[in-house]
Amino acid sequence: MSIIGNYDLYAPRLIDKKEYLASGHTACAGCGEALAVRLVMKGLGEDTIVSNATGCLEIFTTRYPTTAWEVPWIHVAFENAAAVAAGVESGIKALRRKGRIPDRDVKSVSMAGDGGTTDIGLQALSGAMERGHDMFHVCYDNEAYMNTGIQRSSQTPFGAWSTTSPPGEVSFGQRTWKKNVPEIMVAHNLAYVATACPSYPIDLINKIKKAKKLKGPAYIHVFAPCPTGWRMDSSLTIKIGRLALETGVFPLYEVENGKYRITVDMPDPLRPVGDYLKPQGRFRHLTPALIEEIQERVNLEVNKLKNKVNYSKPWEELR
Amino acid sequence: MSEVNWWEIEPGNIVLEPGSTKEYHTGAWRSLRPIWDNSKCIKCGVCYVFCPEGCVSQDEDGYFTADLDYCKGCGICANECWPGAIEMVEEGG
Amino acid sequence: MSKRIGMEVALAAAEAVGMCNVDVAAVYPITPQSHIAEHLSDLVADGKTDTEYVTVESEHTSMSICIGASATGARAYTATCSQGLMLMHELLPIASAMRCPIVMSVANRPVNAPLNILSDHSDIMPQRDAGWIVIFCENGQEVVDLTLMAYRIAEDKDVMLPVVIGIDGFILTHMVEPMVFPDQKEVDKFLPVYKPYATLHPDKPLTMGAFAMPDVFPEMMKAKDMALTNSKKTIIKIWDEWEKKFGRRYNPVETYRTDGAEVILVSMGSMSETAELGVDMLRDKGIAAGVAKIRLWRPFPIEELKAATKGARVLAVLDRAISPGIEGAPVYTDVKAAFYDEKDRPVIVNWLIGLGGEDVTGEDFVEIAEKALKAKKGEHEFLGVR
Repeated sequence: MSIIGNYDLYAPRLIDKKEYLASGHTACAGCGEALAVRLVMKGLGEDTIVSNATGCLEIFTTRYPTTAWEVPWIHVAFENAAAVAAGVESGIKALRRKGRIPDRDVKSVSMAGDGGTTDIGLQALSGAMERGHDMFHVCYDNEAYMNTGIQRSSQTPFGAWSTTSPPGEVSFGQRTWKKNVPEIMVAHNLAYVATACPSYPIDLINKIKKAKKLKGPAYIHVFAPCPTGWRMDSSLTIKIGRLALETGVFPLYEVENGKYRITVDMPDPLRPVGDYLKPQGRFRHLTPALIEEIQERVNLEVNKLKNKVNYSKPWEELR
Repeated sequence: MSEVNWWEIEPGNIVLEPGSTKEYHTGAWRSLRPIWDNSKCIKCGVCYVFCPEGCVSQDEDGYFTADLDYCKGCGICANECWPGAIEMVEEGG
Repeated sequence: MSKRIGMEVALAAAEAVGMCNVDVAAVYPITPQSHIAEHLSDLVADGKTDTEYVTVESEHTSMSICIGASATGARAYTATCSQGLMLMHELLPIASAMRCPIVMSVANRPVNAPLNILSDHSDIMPQRDAGWIVIFCENGQEVVDLTLMAYRIAEDKDVMLPVVIGIDGFILTHMVEPMVFPDQKEVDKFLPVYKPYATLHPDKPLTMGAFAMPDVFPEMMKAKDMALTNSKKTIIKIWDEWEKKFGRRYNPVETYRTDGAEVILVSMGSMSETAELGVDMLRDKGIAAGVAKIRLWRPFPIEELKAATKGARVLAVLDRAISPGIEGAPVYTDVKAAFYDEKDRPVIVNWLIGLGGEDVTGEDFVEIAEKALKAKKGEHEFLGVR
């Protein structure tokens, strides 16, 4: 597997040409989440029902009386996207069994940001995954509560500026490291957990298709660069996603029945983390010492992942 | 601005028409627009893939262009174009 | 053939739900509702009802699941009370705005603090403005009948609103009573398969839960307000149909010995039956007393209440929950407001009784009525508080 891959040149021909997210939505110019959703939907297709949490995606796609969605879609509240999707799945299951709707597979998918997934949404997600509903959850991680004004979340990276973790006289920004929610999902014994990034569209679409085919819960964590919140030029969305992979900040991997696999190779040695931090205004205040601390932690996390890749066995082999 | 009367609103405030955001032309937001130099274009489709608006489309000859009703001028296409066939130029220039 | 069976009312509520061909049930246990959750599980496990029973991890999720399922066109059910209902609170206005015909049994129990697992109405009162239809039961038969009618009301094209069936915790839920269960075939004729107005399905994609700006938001609120107000006539129509089919009559306001009454007690929930005892005692003492029992709490039956209390000089409104800071409790303030425009208004006083499961007896109502008769204007009193 090559890093960027010549196949990127030919890949667009393999992608479904239908658009499931109509233009005219009001996402910021260069929005990584909008692009990620557009690509996710190409992997899902029309036999999908989307349950969306409150957040950027919900707001920029559904201002009454219009909607950008070409598939059935529901928004209820902020912390319950996964629960609503579980309800949709249960309803469809019951109606199909009782012959009240066509007997055709329709996938229930919940979509939420990092807030609606890893913070306020964690309980509903955990419950839905534990109960084994035939649905999956996609987290669009733009690393802060962007829709309400760039406040920090548990996914905001160490040292980053946010409106509730601003650097100042006595603070350097976000104090904690990213909460590893894919790991939490693996601990729920999900058959499929993966990270993805719109900068690697074929990888992302393949992972969505894998999750869709499964008869049971799955979780996909999508890196969603946000030019507005990360304080960078709107044209850098794709480049920053690549830099995140090349520096080891956001590796792309999947865990299939317990077996860890890196799906897009990172360079060896990794690019220095400063390459990723520099284009983003939210890291502009970092001192060399802090950057060094971040570099050490990134190295550690990549090593942890590589360790799991080397030693994990599919659960089948551990019986 | 909606002019609908209260009794005309769909029960549950549902929106019946999928893809109805198309009526809102986000192209008005733009300050830069992408221009394709077809002599350099290798018809790879990367600009089509990476457009967050999904407004880049391919013509019968295989070249690409942005639907200026929706293009917000983010510049991702120009930044990602392999042969550098896309240039962002000032609106009104 | 209908059967007359003696059983615990909570179990009867679950039996009634089991007769309604519910598609999805998401119930989180909380005392004193848990027997409903458990018995419904038993019915599902034995195949007595074909229902997806989702063992959720919180009440917030149980309501979320009901909304999601209802949106696909499934008949959805849940039950809760007290803290559980408070946890669902965020979602109740959403369920009614999105016109999801969910039915929820609420085993009325006090809300913290302090924690109390017995019975009062402080859990349902904060949901007053949520836009749900709220119906109170007095006894086990009413629980069975009103639960069986609930989906018929909720799913009617002229209603399309969620319904709460209030069952006083412990006092009603844990009471063993004889109840008549109609024959399943008769229930099936009365309650047809749910035909939703709009559903989530790829065959006809649509969007539910878009956000709205001020250009249309007030219109949506007016529509929501009118939906609940206009539902009353359909509720009464369905209660008429039930009477014709099964012989038992239900009204938005029930009356007992109100003819010629000078003082009328206005009650809601299980205490209404005890109020009848109190009225009998008062009448024996030569006091012209009666009781008007509010069955339909929302939409509030203004006309029916005025008709039921016509001619009374004093109304003693009994509340089972406080609303601090206004020197009046919820039912009292709503009743008083309803009478404001009347030319000949009765004196309306407020008595808080039965808070936190405190025992309510016929003698209590005698004391209240006698004190009420002495009132010259509105009063806000707690019975027996030291």
